[in-house]
Amino acid sequence: MATAGLHDSELGELQRRLIILRVGLLLVVALLGLQLWNLQIREGPYYRDLSENNRTRSVIMEPARGLIYDRNGVLLANNVPSFTLYVSLEDVKDRDLLIDQLSNLLGLDAVLVRKKLTARGSKQLPRKVKDRLTLREATLIESHRLDLPGVMVQVESQRNYPGGITASHLLGYVGEVSPEQLEKPEFADLHQGSIVGQYGVEKFFDRLVRGQAGQKSIEVDAVGHEKRTVVVEQPHAGDNLYLTIDARLQKVAENLLGEESGAIVALDPRTGDVLAMASRPGFDPNILSRELTPKQWAEIVQDEGRPLNNRASQGQYPPGSVFKVMMAAAALETKTVTPSTSIYCNGGYQFGRRLYHDWKAGGHGSVDLRHALVHSCDVYFYTVGQRMGIETMASFAHQFGLGEETGIELPSERVGIVPSEAWKKKAKNESWLPGETISASIGQGYVNVTPLQMASLIGTVANDGVMFRPRLVQAVMDRATGELQQRSAVPKRTLNLRPGILPVIKEALAGVVKEGTGTKAQSALVTIAGKTGTAQMTALRTGPEKDIPKKFRDHAWFVAFAPVDAPTIAVAVLGEHLGHGGSASAPLAKELIETYVKLNLPAPSGVKDGTVARIGDAGGQGTR
Amino acid sequence: MIDRVFMSRGFDNFDFRFIGLIFAILGIGVLSIYSVTHDQGVAYPFYAKQIVWILLGTIAFLVMWLSDYHRIARLAYPAYAIILILLAVVLFEGKSSRGAQRWIPMGPFAFQPSEFAKLILILTLAHYYSQAPRIGWLQRVVLPGLLVLPGLLLILKQPDLGSGLSFLAVYAAMLLMVGMRSKAVGVILLFSLMLFPFAWEMMWGSLHDYQRQRIMTFVDPVYDPGGKGYHALQSRIAIGAGELTGKGLYGGTQSQLKFLPEGHTDFVFSVFAEEWGFLGVLVLLLLFVGLIWLSLEIVARAKDQLGALLAVGILCMLSFCVVINIGMTAGMFPIVGIPLPLMSYGGSATIMTMASLGLLLNVKRRRLSFF
Repeated sequence: MATAGLHDSELGELQRRLIILRVGLLLVVALLGLQLWNLQIREGPYYRDLSENNRTRSVIMEPARGLIYDRNGVLLANNVPSFTLYVSLEDVKDRDLLIDQLSNLLGLDAVLVRKKLTARGSKQLPRKVKDRLTLREATLIESHRLDLPGVMVQVESQRNYPGGITASHLLGYVGEVSPEQLEKPEFADLHQGSIVGQYGVEKFFDRLVRGQAGQKSIEVDAVGHEKRTVVVEQPHAGDNLYLTIDARLQKVAENLLGEESGAIVALDPRTGDVLAMASRPGFDPNILSRELTPKQWAEIVQDEGRPLNNRASQGQYPPGSVFKVMMAAAALETKTVTPSTSIYCNGGYQFGRRLYHDWKAGGHGSVDLRHALVHSCDVYFYTVGQRMGIETMASFAHQFGLGEETGIELPSERVGIVPSEAWKKKAKNESWLPGETISASIGQGYVNVTPLQMASLIGTVANDGVMFRPRLVQAVMDRATGELQQRSAVPKRTLNLRPGILPVIKEALAGVVKEGTGTKAQSALVTIAGKTGTAQMTALRTGPEKDIPKKFRDHAWFVAFAPVDAPTIAVAVLGEHLGHGGSASAPLAKELIETYVKLNLPAPSGVKDGTVARIGDAGGQGTR
Repeated sequence: MIDRVFMSRGFDNFDFRFIGLIFAILGIGVLSIYSVTHDQGVAYPFYAKQIVWILLGTIAFLVMWLSDYHRIARLAYPAYAIILILLAVVLFEGKSSRGAQRWIPMGPFAFQPSEFAKLILILTLAHYYSQAPRIGWLQRVVLPGLLVLPGLLLILKQPDLGSGLSFLAVYAAMLLMVGMRSKAVGVILLFSLMLFPFAWEMMWGSLHDYQRQRIMTFVDPVYDPGGKGYHALQSRIAIGAGELTGKGLYGGTQSQLKFLPEGHTDFVFSVFAEEWGFLGVLVLLLLFVGLIWLSLEIVARAKDQLGALLAVGILCMLSFCVVINIGMTAGMFPIVGIPLPLMSYGGSATIMTMASLGLLLNVKRRRLSFF
C-alpha cells in the first residue's frame, strides 16, 4: 500500500498537535513549581518545625535527691544508679503491640503498663514504665531495640537506704508522685513519674531534698535511636540533710524494742534535738520506694502490726502514771497541795458508789507528794485530781504540750487527747461525769498521748521548764553552693510554774529510780530520774498479768532523764502490751541512756562550742 | 551504515545539550542517593551500584541511539510477546517485596520486567500505528487497546499501580497524538462514562489494602501521622523543611534519620528538596523541562510517523513519571510508587530510561534517512 503520503499528512497533523503537549506540560510543571513554592517557601517554616520536632525528643533528667546523714555524718539515704524504662509515646506506632511485647519481655502486668501509657499528661514527655530494671532486663530491652520503637532505657539514680530498716519511720520512703498530688500547687513543677518523698523526713523536707529536674533534647532517628544530645539543661541535685539523730543510738533503741511493738524517743532536753526515734515494727524503705504491686501494697497496709505507723509520733496511748508528773506540778502550782501535804491511802478511793482502786492492794498509808510520785500512789492523785477538777488538769496538760502537736518535722503527727468538759461535748456530745475526772488524774480514761509528747514532757521537766520544739534536721547543705545552713533550736514555751516546783518534782523522779517503782532503771554509769507508767488496756483484770492474752495486756511506759543534776538526754519508752512500765520499759530506758553516755556526744551548739565545725566536716566527707 | 552516519555527522550541539542534561540529572540522582545511604557501611552501597547501572544504561543508551529505530521497531511484537511472558513469570516465580511481586531474581540482582514493558509498549504501539493507516475508532482505539490490555492486567496483578498508570498514560498519549475524529472522541467519552462504574469497581476491587489506604489517606495524611499517611506526610515535611536554600548535603534530618522511608528510590526527590531547598528544586525542574523541551523538538522534527510516535511515547512516559513522582512526594497525588526517572535508585528503571532516551535521540539522528 502506497501510504506514505497519507502517513505524511498524519505526521503533519501529529506535529501540529504537539502544541497541546507543550502547553499541557508547561502547565503541569508550573503547577508543580507552585506546589513546591507553597511547601518550601510559604509553609517552609512550619515544615521546618515539624522536621525538628520529628527528630528531637525531650528527655527528663531526674535530679539526684539530696543525701541524708545523721548528726555525725553517717549516711542514712543516698542514691544508686539504676536503669529506668521509658516509653516515648510519639514514637510508638502500635501501642497494643508494645504493651504485649513489654509484658512478655519483662513479665510486666499489661494492665499496669497500659495505665502508665494512657495516663494524662504531655505526649511529648516520655512515660516512665518501670524503674530498677535488672541488668538482664536492660540488656534484653536494648537487644530488642529495633522491635520496640519508642522504648528507652535511661540510667537514673534511685533512692537507697543503706541502713535498711533502721530509722525507717523517720527517714520515710519515696515514690512516684500520684495523680492527686500532681494537682496540688506544691507539686506543680513535677510530671508523671517524678519521685517525691511519701513518708517521714523524705516527705516533710521533700521541697529541699527533691532537687530540680533537668531536660535534654536528644536527636533520634525514625526508630528512636539516640543520635546525639542537642540541648542540656542539667538537673539540680537536692539539698543534703543532716539529721539530729545519732545512728548508733537509733540502732540501739530499735534493737531494744526487738520484736516487740512500741516506740522509743530520745531527745536532748536542752535543744529538742531528736537523738533517736524508734518505732517497731518497721519497714524496709528500700522496698517501699520501689514500685509495689497493689497486692504487695495491700499486704503492708493490712499487716496487723501496722508497720507503716510511726508509733513515736502517731501512736496514741493512755499515759498512765506518767501523767502524775504533770499532775504533781499542777497540784503544787495551784497550791492544791504543798510538798508536805499528806494524804492517807488505804488502797482505794470512794467516789459516790464506786471505789477507785490503788494499784497496791492495801494502800500506801500516809503519803506526801514525793512518796506519791516515787511509789506512784494512785489514791493521792485521785484526791488531788478531784480537788483540782478536770478543767485545771486540762489546762496544765496543754501547758506541758499534751493535746497539741509537738511540732516535729514529720508528716501527720497525732496530738492525742486531753479530755475536758468542752472536749467531751464536742467529741461525744455527752456531758462530763465527775468520776471521769478521777480516772483522768492517773492518766487513764480518755487521756491519750504520743510517746513523742511524753519525751518532750519529761525533757521539759529536765530542762527546768523550758520546752523546745523537737528538732530532726540540724543543718541543710545547699548542693549548688555547698553552703551549710544550721537550723537553730526553737524554744516553744517556758512552763508557767513558780520556781522551786520543778526541783521538787525532779528530786522525786530521781527517787523513783533510786527507791521506787523504777529501780530497774538504776545505772552504775549515770544518775537517772524517771517515772513509770502502766496504761491499762482493760478494766477486767483478773489473775496475774501473764495469764492475760497479750493483746489485752497493759502498755508499759517509762520516761526518764539523765544525768539528774544536768540532764542531757530525755527518754520515753513505750512497750505495747508489755505489762508494767517499771519492769518492762525501765530497763530499756536505762540501756539507752547508758549507751548515750558511753557515746559521749559533744554538747549541742549554743551549749558548748565546736559542734558546728564537726558537723560540717563530717558532711563534707560524706558527700565525697 | 551506523558507522558512516556517526562518523560523518558526529555529535552536534543538540546532542551535547541532550546528553548533558541527562547526565546532569543522573549526577544529582547519585548525589542524593549517596547522601542518604553513604553511612550504611555495606560492601556495595546503593550509590556505587547506581553508578554501575548508569554505566550499563549508557551502553543501552548508545545501542538504542546508534541502531536503526526502524529495525528496532520491527522487533516490537516479538519483544512484546516475550515481555508478556516475563510479566506472567513474575507472578509465579517473582521475588516479592513490600507486598508486591515485581522482580525476577537474576543472581545477585533482580530484574523488573514491568519497567521494560513500558518501553516495549511504546515500540509496539508506534509500530502498530505506523505500519498502515489506521482508520476508524475500531482500528485506532479498540485494537491498540486490546494490545495494551494483557500487559496492563498482568502489571496490575503484581500489583504495580505506578507502572499500570504509566501504561495507560502511554496509551492515552498515543491516542491523543494520532488523533481521533470528534465522533470517535465522543463515542469513547460516552463509552468510558458508561463503563466507569464497572471499571472503578474492578479497579478498586483489585487494589490491595495498602493501595486503597494510600489513596484514602492521600486526602489527609496529617490525620494519621503514625499510620498509613506516614510516607506522604514525612515526604511533605522533608520537602517543606528545605525552605529556600535547603539544609545542605547530609543535612536533611528527615532522610538522614530515616523518618522518610525509601529516600533513595521513590522519595529521592524529597531528599534532594530537603537538602537543596527551593533553589535546588528550581534547577532540577529546569533540567527536566529542558530535557522535555529538547524531546518535543525531536518530535517536531521527526521525519516519519514511526519516529514521531516513538518520540512522543517516550516523552509522554518520562514526563508522566516525572510529574507523578514529584507530585506525589509533594502531596499532590497519592503515593503510587513511580520512581523519578534518572534519579531514583534502580537497575531496571535506570537502564530502561536511558535506553528510551537513546531511542529518542535516535529519532532525531535518523531524520534524514527516511526509507
